[in-house]
Amino acid sequence: MRISRFIPAALAAVVPFIAGPASSADRALTVFTYESFIAEWGPGPKIEAAFEAECGCDLTWVGVADGVALLNRLKLEGDNAEAGVVLGLDTNLVAEAKATGLFEAHGLDTKAVTVPGGFSDDTFIPYDYGHFAVVYDTETVANPPASLKDLVDGEPEQKIVIQDPRTSTPGLGLLLWVKSVYGDDAPEAWEKLASRVLTVTPGWSEAYGLFTSGEAPMVLSYTTSPAYHMVAEETDRYQAAEFSEGHYLQIEVAGLLANAPDKDLAREFLDFVMTPGFQNVIPTNNWMLPAAAITMELPEAFGKLVEPKKTFLYTPEEVAENRAAWIDEWLGAMSR
Amino acid sequence: MLTRGEHRASRAAGLAALMAIGLALAVPIAVLLTHGESTGVTSNQGDYLIRITRFTLMQAGLSTLLSLVFAVPLARALARRPDFAGRRWLIKLFAVPLGLPPLVAALGLIEVWGRNGVANKGLGLMGAETPFSIYGLSGILLAHVFFNLPLAVRLILPALERLPPEYWKTAANLGMSGLSLFRRVEWPAMRRSAASAAGLVFMLCATSFTLVLVLGGGPAATTLEVAIYQALRFDFDPGRAVLLSLIQISMTLIVMLVLKFLGTPAEEGETKGGGTNRPDVQGGLHLLPDAVLIGLGGLFVGAPMAAVVVSGLSADLSRLLTDALFWRAAGTSLSIGISAAALSVLLAACLVRARYSAGHRPRSVPLGLLAGLSGAAGSLTLLVPPVVLGAGWFLLLGGGAGQLLAPLMVIVLINALMALPFVMRVLEPAHQNTLERNGRLAVSLGVVGRHRLSQIDIPAMLPAFATGFVFAVALSLGDLGAIALFGSDRIVTLPWLLYQKLGSYRTADAAGLALLLGAITMALMIVAEKLGTRNGSVDR
Repeated sequence: MRISRFIPAALAAVVPFIAGPASSADRALTVFTYESFIAEWGPGPKIEAAFEAECGCDLTWVGVADGVALLNRLKLEGDNAEAGVVLGLDTNLVAEAKATGLFEAHGLDTKAVTVPGGFSDDTFIPYDYGHFAVVYDTETVANPPASLKDLVDGEPEQKIVIQDPRTSTPGLGLLLWVKSVYGDDAPEAWEKLASRVLTVTPGWSEAYGLFTSGEAPMVLSYTTSPAYHMVAEETDRYQAAEFSEGHYLQIEVAGLLANAPDKDLAREFLDFVMTPGFQNVIPTNNWMLPAAAITMELPEAFGKLVEPKKTFLYTPEEVAENRAAWIDEWLGAMSR
Repeated sequence: MLTRGEHRASRAAGLAALMAIGLALAVPIAVLLTHGESTGVTSNQGDYLIRITRFTLMQAGLSTLLSLVFAVPLARALARRPDFAGRRWLIKLFAVPLGLPPLVAALGLIEVWGRNGVANKGLGLMGAETPFSIYGLSGILLAHVFFNLPLAVRLILPALERLPPEYWKTAANLGMSGLSLFRRVEWPAMRRSAASAAGLVFMLCATSFTLVLVLGGGPAATTLEVAIYQALRFDFDPGRAVLLSLIQISMTLIVMLVLKFLGTPAEEGETKGGGTNRPDVQGGLHLLPDAVLIGLGGLFVGAPMAAVVVSGLSADLSRLLTDALFWRAAGTSLSIGISAAALSVLLAACLVRARYSAGHRPRSVPLGLLAGLSGAAGSLTLLVPPVVLGAGWFLLLGGGAGQLLAPLMVIVLINALMALPFVMRVLEPAHQNTLERNGRLAVSLGVVGRHRLSQIDIPAMLPAFATGFVFAVALSLGDLGAIALFGSDRIVTLPWLLYQKLGSYRTADAAGLALLLGAITMALMIVAEKLGTRNGSVDR
């Protein structure tokens, strides 16, 4: 039958489509990261240009929804992952990431890096940090929550968009934040908060998009997010709420995959992450605080941001030990 | 009429097709069952599973109720007004959601019903304090009613139009109107088709994936299918995916058995646009309620589609059309669609011929089994939804990472199975006609076996093949269920690309893409319908 011969032929026709464009440079590096990092307005394109000018190589970004999705994808692909560097996990995930056996010690000197709490690791290099915060629209929220308890107990009609802790590092961050403040009472807190949640998105960009388009008056983001609106849009309309209990800290990291096709190039990139060529791009493109020295002035707006008086941060081991159970707890409370 | 050799060949082909389908279903289920022991169920998980199952059934029940509550009066109003301008177009419009990719519709619904949409602005002007939320249960219900209200109207309306004109004349003579007419004439006529429409709508909503994925809004509004997807893609927890899949299969099985017990499956009847004259219906002021009902119905179904067109046209289409990724996705989508359609038509042809060969009253148990199974093969795919099928293959292939051909073939297979019931419905009457018309002559002329297939039967059925094929391509083009598990930067289809653009909130791109995808599938559906009506074999 003609049809039966046609199917393999049709499938074969698909393959060249999917293989993607071949690189022109001799050396090529693929970096796995999260979506908002490589958006047109994100840091990805600028960092790519800066690094390619230095290395004479071809840098390709591959983006997934968010940081935790990155780890899921690595677990799924195992040794088949065709990347050299993973950029976009945070310290909450590094113990689990190491346990996969897919990463290798970078062997680089990291003394250029300074982050709060002094996180330092032989496998993962911090590239930026920030504090999670509820960002609100001053035009629709007259009395922003002054604490996490305010947020939990507040008016259910006033909605917030949050991210799913199973795919997103901000989502996981909020889960850990609530756990830090409420401890064993976290499920009850989540049950209350659930009535204020408009929707749970897989990644940060989707949630922030819903917020800026006016679908919800609050979103889980960072204390640094208002700087974007002040600098790029010259408006004070969006502000971060300072919480009296303190804020959860996020330190984002990059690591070297043991199966990297070109390990030297991957290390070169990780070294580059700690230089001003990379770090200068971070504050006004990723809207996070740099983890190493920059050679530019931070815009004035950064001086007007909420500065948390107290910060929370679980150790990677604590998170690795409890993440599955805490997520089950979250699912149970949120589906009630 | 078939010769003995042809009978043998037909049954062998049917058996082969059945085995292929059986294998395609059994392998993933076996994989799921053997994977089951990996994790225990904690009490938190147990609660979660119960709640998701409950929510799945609850939202399907509410969606069905809402769809029917609006469909019955709307069908009644349409039957009462058989000849207003645009009636044919309205009924055609009501056929569109059935073929519209759910993602495209979701985008249109967000445009209309989102916080900044027209509907909420209107509600705000009317003094509503809390805006309607497109996320969570209310959004899911809205989307399900958008898809199923028109379907139910199209299923119920023919029942009213089939009533002989004398009924209405008598009713007019007796001065019957309003409630008594509804109770004595209209409702008894509609009851059967309304019940079977309700069954179909419930089944469709209980297995809804894309709409819940996009509009669900968190663990509180998650169906089993979405939870299966999340267990694999979010948690990478095969044990939980297996548990959820088994619950899903048992649930659909029970629902199907109940529906089977309650009555025959819904068949869309002929609604050519003009109904029977209604001497019992008055004009003038009495026109108003019907006109309002019909107007609102048309607006409800039409507005989201119009929104897709409007926002799509305001997007930068030329940039989208010069984007290499778009063309790659279009190429992948078309290749998958064409392969899936070819496979689906091939399987359906084998099954249809085997069923014919086994006869209306099969003389032996094996023949009866063959006929029964060939007929049921289509609905089997409803029993095991695409995401469950995909989950089994996904685990077997180790997530499909680093592979291209295998995941593609799984997507093709799943899409082919999804289209199978529709393709069979197109092929069966055409095949029947062909054999009735040419069967005896062919045998008496000695044109049998392969020659008869290639020279008589296949050429005669070409229009039906083409209809089924094009319809299957369109269905596959709009599908997100199969690609959702396997999609990555390596395998990108149009719905996957659209989902990603929605996710990263590149709204303008998403709107443009939705317009293109919607236009392509609509064009294919129109071609399929044109081919079908020329052939006289399709009643869509």
